[in-house]
Amino acid sequence: MSPVSTTSSRAIYEALKTSGVRLMSALPETWLVHLIRMAEEDPEMTLVRLAKEEEGVGISAGAHLAGVKSAMLMQNHGFLASVNGIVSCAQLYHIPLLMLISYRGDFGERDPWQTEGGGVTEDVLRALRIPFSLIDRPDQVASRINHAQTLALSANKPVALLLCRDLMWEEGQR
Amino acid sequence: MKRLDALRAVYGRLEDRIVVTIMGAVAAELQSLGHRPNFFYLQHAMGLASSMGLGIALSKPDRQVIVLDGDGSILMNLGGLTTLARYRPRNLVHVIFDNESLLSVGGFPTATATGTDLAGIAAAAGVPRTATVSTLEAFTTAVDEALAAADLTTIVAKVEAVGPAAYVTDLSLLENRFQFSRSLRS
Repeated sequence: MSPVSTTSSRAIYEALKTSGVRLMSALPETWLVHLIRMAEEDPEMTLVRLAKEEEGVGISAGAHLAGVKSAMLMQNHGFLASVNGIVSCAQLYHIPLLMLISYRGDFGERDPWQTEGGGVTEDVLRALRIPFSLIDRPDQVASRINHAQTLALSANKPVALLLCRDLMWEEGQR
Repeated sequence: MKRLDALRAVYGRLEDRIVVTIMGAVAAELQSLGHRPNFFYLQHAMGLASSMGLGIALSKPDRQVIVLDGDGSILMNLGGLTTLARYRPRNLVHVIFDNESLLSVGGFPTATATGTDLAGIAAAAGVPRTATVSTLEAFTTAVDEALAAADLTTIVAKVEAVGPAAYVTDLSLLENRFQFSRSLRS
């Protein structure tokens, strides 16, 4: 059994569907495996697997201009790799992005290679003036995703939700 | 072949299709031939025009999308060619104007000047139809064949490293963005 929470993944997926998301871009990462499988198995969802996360900015921008709601699934290091696209495509052109970012490298992280990116994630989001919120409990999922999507669309700007360890990783596991 | 002449040769094919261009010379030259609400010029974010084209093509499967890319831009997003090929939108034609240089920032040579073959890379990435052309006739034929084939095609058009006198036009970025979006949604 994977220690990645199926309950939380299901809640996130349902909230995305309720918010009208019909296209998702993703680059696989451990915490996101269930979400990606759910998208893959859902005939109503177009899933685009990326080579690098920044492509997702262009894909979501194109989908938005064409009238389709989308979400981006990535690890925080993928967010860091996407910064120019976020600034020079989404922010420059006032395009909403709903970014769901797995927050690796924060308290509880055992993989040394995740820790540096974890330490800068929130500061980079603030520097880019991207509104963001942390989600660490399943009962927060539905309203935060709904509210994030609402703000992204009304403000025409990227927003981020940081998916935290307590939400995505079942207790007692590594 | 000059890029402006190539654009002029296929302008009639662009008129009623969704067009996404990169920044700089391509954007300015296409606007000089006549802007239309269904043309979007991605004036920054180098590399992402092809990804935007993919997002639009997947969202508008009943419309044909033409991306006007450049060698410098696609070299920044070669991985994106593998994503394009993987989802193979049959309504997308990907034109890469290859002038073997970063013209707008001093004309320094790109890797295509020393042998990098973008059509070869696209084919190896899995793009089902690719071509490299260097004359107006061959370019026009390649575009027509791609539109008729109704399958993902990458056309590398070898062009001279010359561009317009100015890159900034009187079309503001946001005006273009909202007009384009309205045109796609109508």
